[in-house]
Amino acid sequence: MLNIVVCVKAVPDPKEACNIKIDPNTKTLMRCEVPLVINPLDKNAMEAALQLKAQFDAHISVLSMGPPEAGNIVKECLALGADRGFLLSDPAFGGADAYATAFTLAKGIEKIGSFDVIFCGMASSDGSTEWVGPEIAVFLNIPVVTMVKEIVEFDKEWWKVKASLENGYRLMQVKLPAAFTVTRDLNTPRTLSFSGIIKARKKEITRWGLKELAVPAEAVGLKGSPTVVSNLSATESKRQVEMISGTREEKVEQLVQKLTDAGVL
Amino acid sequence: MIDFTFTEEQEMFRKAAREFAETQVAPHVDEMEKTGEVSDEVVKALGEAEMMAITIPEEYGGLGLGYTERMIAVEEISRVSVATAMMLQVFALGIEPIAKFGSEELKKKYLPGLAKGERLSTTAVTEATGGSDPTGIRSTYKKEGDNFILNGRKCFITNSHISDTITVLAKDEENPKAYCAFVLDKDMEGWKATHKEHKVGMRGCNTGELAFENCRIPATQVLGEEGKGLRVTMAAIGDVGRGGMVGVALGLQTACLEESIKFANERILYGKPIAALQTIQNKLADMKIDLEAGRLLGYRAAAMQDKGQRSSNEFAVAKYYTTEACQRAAKMAVDIHGGYGCMEEYAVSRYLRDSYVVGPSAGTSDIMKVIIGRWVLS
Repeated sequence: MLNIVVCVKAVPDPKEACNIKIDPNTKTLMRCEVPLVINPLDKNAMEAALQLKAQFDAHISVLSMGPPEAGNIVKECLALGADRGFLLSDPAFGGADAYATAFTLAKGIEKIGSFDVIFCGMASSDGSTEWVGPEIAVFLNIPVVTMVKEIVEFDKEWWKVKASLENGYRLMQVKLPAAFTVTRDLNTPRTLSFSGIIKARKKEITRWGLKELAVPAEAVGLKGSPTVVSNLSATESKRQVEMISGTREEKVEQLVQKLTDAGVL
Repeated sequence: MIDFTFTEEQEMFRKAAREFAETQVAPHVDEMEKTGEVSDEVVKALGEAEMMAITIPEEYGGLGLGYTERMIAVEEISRVSVATAMMLQVFALGIEPIAKFGSEELKKKYLPGLAKGERLSTTAVTEATGGSDPTGIRSTYKKEGDNFILNGRKCFITNSHISDTITVLAKDEENPKAYCAFVLDKDMEGWKATHKEHKVGMRGCNTGELAFENCRIPATQVLGEEGKGLRVTMAAIGDVGRGGMVGVALGLQTACLEESIKFANERILYGKPIAALQTIQNKLADMKIDLEAGRLLGYRAAAMQDKGQRSSNEFAVAKYYTTEACQRAAKMAVDIHGGYGCMEEYAVSRYLRDSYVVGPSAGTSDIMKVIIGRWVLS
């Protein structure tokens, strides 16, 4: 059996991006202002696991770290078809940077038990560091391929995948167990189904805190984070209207010139 | 204290229905508006997403969920396409009489296919001479051995041309106080869909006439007791029909409010978004108040129905309030959009047309008041 772990993050709904505010004192996102959803690229990670499960004998564990409300997104993954759900939630985990998050998730994966494949979204829509997936692999001492856009060949031991580059891709061969961070090109995530939600009634979420993971408080959360956000501010967008006059050709010429001057073209 | 919150699972159903509507229905709305025809892709998607299976019991291939979940699904789909929500709501109107009054044989024969969307259903009661007052219908049946012979004509039947499993109400040719409800399917001879209506709104939801000419129906196709068919169809219309229309109206109200907020924040007047103007805020507030009140009325009635309590009167109140409110909301949404609201590329013009079709469906507001008046005087 192929044991797959999918790491998912609860992020503020990107559709509500205009309503996300920044706490001026802590320089963190005020997450409670908008609903939390599965990080969009983590849906691609989940879909990759579900497609494998449809073809092979596979078992999917979904893992998240976040506040208790993040349990909703774990439940959603169970409704999508994951077999087991795990939420790492403890006040001590709060304020973690990518390093401390990856450390905590790696500890969670170790506690879950044996695994062959770890799928993560390439980046989160809020932090967007792209570090967590690779750092999990470092903590677990396994190979990682980032920005996977296609799984070309796979068996129980070796996988061949295409990893995106700016103007092409790298064809990578990797031995399991391994971690993969995926891009949106990999697949089209499925949507929730009513019967999936009903089936998830019988699936429990295991919640682990600092005590269960048996890690020192200094190694997780804000205390375990080597990086600090020194400042964070919202951008302000202002619109300026300028009417262009003249013939159609003159208008186009003026428009192109103005856009060029503004650095848009 | 009364708990007014949806369960975590119901919130997930809402999310699933919203995702479905936005990804599977929304891309077809323009085409449905343009052609006025039902989108086969949307109907197929409704079946694949188990939207027809919601209230069908699990033993017949359904999901065994309640009327609250059904209202959630209809509301979310209506937020994107009133026409599709109407189509779905009437599929349920065709399913309910079989699920509630059908013999075991009929349930096994029809419900699994209806749950998968392989069969499509409707209920045909309304005629030129009676709809809200079904005793005014003129379609008749007579018994011949083990069969019934049905003659007549039905009008304004939603899903008339796409349904293959239809519950029909007719009265006894010899006893005007006796009614029968029959299940007809496409394999039976003597009935056909005839004229297609062209409605001002809900374009893409099929409405038309059905004609029955010496249609021979086996006695095994009777729903409920012979002669007591009025109860069968009125139960479906009273609870499922009105409840469905509440969902349709709530979705439309939500769409009107969302589009209005978006436009009011984008449209600049006097150097500021029009959302800063008190007169616009007043309209948005009115829409929100109506939506909140409508949701409380509608979901309360659905919760009563889920508990097995009689809820047709509560649904009449909710149906009256929400369908009137969706017309008010659509008018205000068009007003907020100004001249743009009169342009077809802006969704609010569709909302206004749709809102006027929502009103009389499953009983006009005046009929709802008749029902509510009888209720308070009883």
